[in-house]
Amino acid sequence: MTKTGFVVANLFRKKTRTILTLLSVIMAFLLFGLLQSVNHIFSAGPDFLGATRLISQARVSFTQPLPLSMLPKLEAIPGVTRVGYSQWFGGVWQENTPLIMFAVNPQRHHDIYPEWVMPEAQWQAFANTRTAMIAGKAIADKYGWKVGQKIPIASNIYPQKNGSKSWTFDLVGIFDGKDEDWKRRAALVYINHDYFDEANQFGSGRTNFYVLKLADGNKAAAIAATVDKMFENSPDETKTQTEKDFNVGFIKQIGDIGLIVRWILFAVFFTLLLVVGNTMAQSVRERVPELAVLKTLGFSDGSVLGFVLAEAGALCLIGGLIGMSLATLLGAVVEKGSGGQFALQVSGAVWTTGLLAIVLMSLAVGLLPALRAQRLKIVDALAGR
Amino acid sequence: MLSQIIAITGLNLKSIPQRWAPSLVIVVGLAGVVAVFTALLAMATGFESTLKANGRTDVAIVMRGGSDTELNSGMGRDATTLIKLAPGIRKGADGQPLAAAEMMVIAELVRQGDKANGANITVRGVEPASFALRPQLKIIAGRKFQPGLRELIVGHGVARAFQGAELGQTIRMRGSEWKVVGVFDAGDSHDSELWTDVGVAQTTFNRQGFSSVLAALDSTNSLATLKASLQADPRLSVDVQNEQDYFSSQTKQFRQQIGVLAGVVTLIMALGAIFAALNTMYAAVATRSKEIATLRALGFGGLAVLTSVMIEALVLALLGGVLGAVIAYALFNGFTVSTLGQNFTQVVFAFRVTPGLVGTGLVIALVIGLLGGFLPALRAARQPVTTALRGG
Repeated sequence: MTKTGFVVANLFRKKTRTILTLLSVIMAFLLFGLLQSVNHIFSAGPDFLGATRLISQARVSFTQPLPLSMLPKLEAIPGVTRVGYSQWFGGVWQENTPLIMFAVNPQRHHDIYPEWVMPEAQWQAFANTRTAMIAGKAIADKYGWKVGQKIPIASNIYPQKNGSKSWTFDLVGIFDGKDEDWKRRAALVYINHDYFDEANQFGSGRTNFYVLKLADGNKAAAIAATVDKMFENSPDETKTQTEKDFNVGFIKQIGDIGLIVRWILFAVFFTLLLVVGNTMAQSVRERVPELAVLKTLGFSDGSVLGFVLAEAGALCLIGGLIGMSLATLLGAVVEKGSGGQFALQVSGAVWTTGLLAIVLMSLAVGLLPALRAQRLKIVDALAGR
Repeated sequence: MLSQIIAITGLNLKSIPQRWAPSLVIVVGLAGVVAVFTALLAMATGFESTLKANGRTDVAIVMRGGSDTELNSGMGRDATTLIKLAPGIRKGADGQPLAAAEMMVIAELVRQGDKANGANITVRGVEPASFALRPQLKIIAGRKFQPGLRELIVGHGVARAFQGAELGQTIRMRGSEWKVVGVFDAGDSHDSELWTDVGVAQTTFNRQGFSSVLAALDSTNSLATLKASLQADPRLSVDVQNEQDYFSSQTKQFRQQIGVLAGVVTLIMALGAIFAALNTMYAAVATRSKEIATLRALGFGGLAVLTSVMIEALVLALLGGVLGAVIAYALFNGFTVSTLGQNFTQVVFAFRVTPGLVGTGLVIALVIGLLGGFLPALRAARQPVTTALRGG
């Protein structure tokens, strides 16, 4: 019998116990994977958002609009290649489904976001049709929108000049992301800012955000500082940050979910450590005479230690891998179920942390029993002392 | 029969200290489940009770039609004047209608312990009647702001949870400095707001209008009267609801989200705990198989053995549940956090571990104990006496 075979055979001598322990480990890693990916959303933010775009908002809050008259000043800043702007519309689809919907300048937006892929003719139609709107593929598929349709959308903020809050837009294009990450984000709707600006009842010439495209991402911090300095002490003070930082900040508004997640993880792991650790200790305790026999046969102290550690490792590894895989599957289901809104991705980074946790766990639960096995005195053990 | 059960159960429970390590698995496992469950729902309860505290039925809130929240709403001075003169509104001490037109804007403040990321805070521009409409609001430090000056009073939730909002400090908004001259306590979600004179706020934020009108109703039927009169007016397009309905609609979504999170996490953890409990109880039964067989040989019934094992599992589960509830209470009761409310601004609230939550947590613990104890108990009761005595 090989050493591996020996370890496996030992694992399955008490089938019920092994399976139950394995199931506990699976559950723990399932939770670990899911919570860790939630934690990841809240702490790291999406990596794929480049640092070559800056978002500039009113310093007091992004709900406070900035005047469009700032545009030429921003464009004149060295290192800024293109400036776009977007205005939150407060779009509502049918009864009460909020849409992520912005009024933008079509040509500028096209130049700044090459990540959105759409036929050039449709970009042209977006720029040339006043009442145009374009929609991400994810959301167009969800609501069955087709190019050429008139889409009725209400705004919970902006009435038209005639006081009506029902708007109608011509869907002239459907865009998609250039890769998986961006495809997932293609749940937005854009309309023409020029049209919005003149048709809405409240003031015109304003926007919530400026988007600055930079020639060199390494200059982001310096350019952001330049922008903020430029408008300092005016009523329209700005806060400028990279697109990634903006997104992190936006998500962090929801609260310190990371802290709560860490508490849960702590509780789960503490529990798990105890369960598996106890099982390992028990199985070593029961096998004291056997281990003594192994030593009598000439197995070194080291290899007996190895057997016990390998058993603990195998339990943690198998359980951990199954648990993490389940989490990955479940995350994908949740993401699909929420229409891509809640990107619960058990990503490579989460897997790396998971594998690290598996190794740490194996050591934590295996080391004590293994050391005990290593230190066994043959005579005492055989005598049952 | 009963005496048999008592005898064996007593024996089992007394021997727990000798095998404390495996028993601890059940206790700690369940403590984990119950602590997580209780803490998560204590968060939902805290949020809910903070918003509910605002909700009175004798105060109406009027916003522009279809806007749902104050943030989205906007009305001109002519509209708010019309609204204040509508029927159904109670007169105040000065003989004027007890109603206040308020304007809500947002300012970013940085959380304590955070560095750069700002969080949205409600800045409420108020009229003198706003204070009369919220008698629960008390200034607990400093004084009220003076109309016409850039002065703020801050809710004590904001003062505690965010940087730069303490008495005497200044907050920078739209290129000007605002002095914090007072701290107030309202015991509800206003504690998460900054208040200032509405006129000053309008000038600074470059707004002509208001977000909402808050009005005291003069009797229980007045809401209908007010609603009918305002909706009949062709110059207005507004939604009218009482304050309680407005705030309870805001808690629904948060409650659901936390409910789903708590449900999923508790379910997965509970499954893990059941497996752990099964393991422990199987082991407990296995180590005692000779003892149990001896009892059976002496004439103790199978049911008595089964019941005693179940009771042991339940006692351990209950112990774990209580421990979990105590941990949740000690760590989280009164723990203050903030999250985004419906107005897209922060609502500061404290976790509330209520007796109801603790009760539910204990029930969950007992159910897990029951499930984890049953199969091992069955095995204990069914094992053939002779094999067990032979040491099989």
